[in-house]
Amino acid sequence: MFAHFILALRAGGVPASITEYLALLGAMKAGVADYSVEDFYFLARAALVKDERHLDRFDRIFGESFKGLERPEGVAPQELPEEWLRKLAEKLLTPEEMAQIEALGGLEKLMDTLRQRLAEQQGRHQGGSKWIGTAGTSPFGAQGYNPEGVRIGQEEGRHGRAVKVWDRREFRDLDDSVELGTRNIKLALRRLRRFARQGAPTELDIPDTIASTARNAGHLDLKMVPERHNTIKVLLFLDIGGSMDEHVRVCEELFSAARGEFKHLEYFYFHNCPYEYLWKTNRRRRDNLVPTLEVLRTYGPDYKAIFVGDASMSPYEVSHAGGSVEHWNEEPGSAWIGRLTGHFRRSAWLNPRPPRAWAHAMSVGMIRELMEDRMFPLTLGGIDEMTRELSR
Amino acid sequence: MAGFKSTENYIASRDLEVAVNAAVTLQRPLLVKGEPGTGKTVLAHEVAKALGHPLIEWHIKSTTKAQQGLYEYDAVSRLRDGQLGDPRVHDIGNYIVRGKLWDAFDSPAQSVVLIDEIDKADIEFPNDLLLELDRMQFFVYETRQTVVARQRPIVIITSNNEKELPDAFLRRCFFHYIRFPDRETMELIVQTHYPDIRQDLAREALNVFFKVRDVPGLKKKPATSELLDWLKLLMVDELSPEVLRSKDGHTVIPPLHGALLKNEQDVHLFERLAFLSRRGG
Repeated sequence: MFAHFILALRAGGVPASITEYLALLGAMKAGVADYSVEDFYFLARAALVKDERHLDRFDRIFGESFKGLERPEGVAPQELPEEWLRKLAEKLLTPEEMAQIEALGGLEKLMDTLRQRLAEQQGRHQGGSKWIGTAGTSPFGAQGYNPEGVRIGQEEGRHGRAVKVWDRREFRDLDDSVELGTRNIKLALRRLRRFARQGAPTELDIPDTIASTARNAGHLDLKMVPERHNTIKVLLFLDIGGSMDEHVRVCEELFSAARGEFKHLEYFYFHNCPYEYLWKTNRRRRDNLVPTLEVLRTYGPDYKAIFVGDASMSPYEVSHAGGSVEHWNEEPGSAWIGRLTGHFRRSAWLNPRPPRAWAHAMSVGMIRELMEDRMFPLTLGGIDEMTRELSR
Repeated sequence: MAGFKSTENYIASRDLEVAVNAAVTLQRPLLVKGEPGTGKTVLAHEVAKALGHPLIEWHIKSTTKAQQGLYEYDAVSRLRDGQLGDPRVHDIGNYIVRGKLWDAFDSPAQSVVLIDEIDKADIEFPNDLLLELDRMQFFVYETRQTVVARQRPIVIITSNNEKELPDAFLRRCFFHYIRFPDRETMELIVQTHYPDIRQDLAREALNVFFKVRDVPGLKKKPATSELLDWLKLLMVDELSPEVLRSKDGHTVIPPLHGALLKNEQDVHLFERLAFLSRRGG
């Protein structure tokens, strides 16, 4: 019945499954939604969305799939409801104009002016920049935001009904493709902090000892477990300077969040692409150089290497010797990236640029290839994926 | 259909009502998430009350195992009885301790089970309960007995999002995310909790409350439960609404802020804001 809707959801990135679809149909059959569109929306949301990060996508797709469903038949879209026009009057007309119209007298006149204005406005909107994503000619079909934060087309239904709930898109903040604040990063990086028991069993496992002693009919049976400690070791490589300046703030947030999460965390800075030298303090980058080979020698392959950088640079910086903008490099950046990713068993690249911008810079694609596609956007979702990748 | 509706103690939005009713009708668990203090746990109490069912609460801790909700085998006391020569020792059934889910399955009337803060438990915890929540039955190995629910209980699960829950588990649930209530809903909530609060006090308090929530950079935004605590304090202290009104729009530290701000950084932030705004005026 709603198969197209489910398919649209899946295409739009809401992982709804057959089980959930059947649950929705079951609930419909049991009369939970009771023929009200709004209730149907609530029900579909409860049944199909299982993660608040997907709620916004769901709202969007619901709006698209069931657009026009709530409009009563027989009302031509051109007929503008009176109260809506009146509202618009407050928006569009200056007080002087209002006074003028009042002087001219008559609501008729007012309505005419408004219709005229509205027609003008529509013409502008379609081609212009005022309504984002607007497509239809009817103001009621408009999708997207007016920059002033008022959704004119859908602000109020024609019979004074409330705003359509799915059009409010209240869950936008929870979408995981938004960029990060410190708190968000902490949540995601917490994933990396996997408590694993490794090494020699040194701690007395009291519950297990009691249980096995009891099962042993009272003969003492000592059980030991390895000590619990945080096994995650991380090396952070941060791109600093140049094209990264606008992303420095985001990087610092990630950095400050990461610092609290790991016991073994070392960080190094590089510029654009790692070469034979890295540095440990950004301010004194010239007198605090660390040879990359030394980094490779010092830190074992069990460290997880995370590069943070926009990977936007001249392609020569990656592919050619001497391509670096700052010094003469004997070997191309790709060799050093290969060395680093080859040494550390787990590595990933975080890119503060949104993925849609990646295609614009050739170097992003090159680095992505070098990282074997382990490049993730610096968003909560991206970090989630990265940590999953790193801890696999 | 006798459904769940807002009560005089609990304001449920329409979407929450639909979600609860769907879960009740289809007898599937309802997973509730939301900011802390938006009434996730209270929901189970209210559902139980509204439907007239007994409520069985199972609070999850980091050490809770799924098995504990079903039953536990008390080997230690059996051993002790064995050493003392107690005749009870011959029946292993005497040492099976029932868990909350067993209680719920065995209850003669339909019950409401609250599994509170499921994300506190180990990451495998939800997976261990898949079959039990799906079929509402489990097997006791020690006594070779299958426990089947007489009435499928209504299961309400809350989560604070500290861990992600497995997909297989989510697929079996209905899901509801409790949004932070808007001003109108909040007024209703205040009314239902304190029907005799002075109107002007409530209004000013809500103004302050939403202003506090809007301050950027708060570590922990106060939520409904904090607001209610705070209002109670204000009422007990018989503060006048004028105290809450900031003079010429300046930020002030709300009186009795201890109930609203739970974090010394947040209090500092407020003091700084108040200082800046005094200086600016």
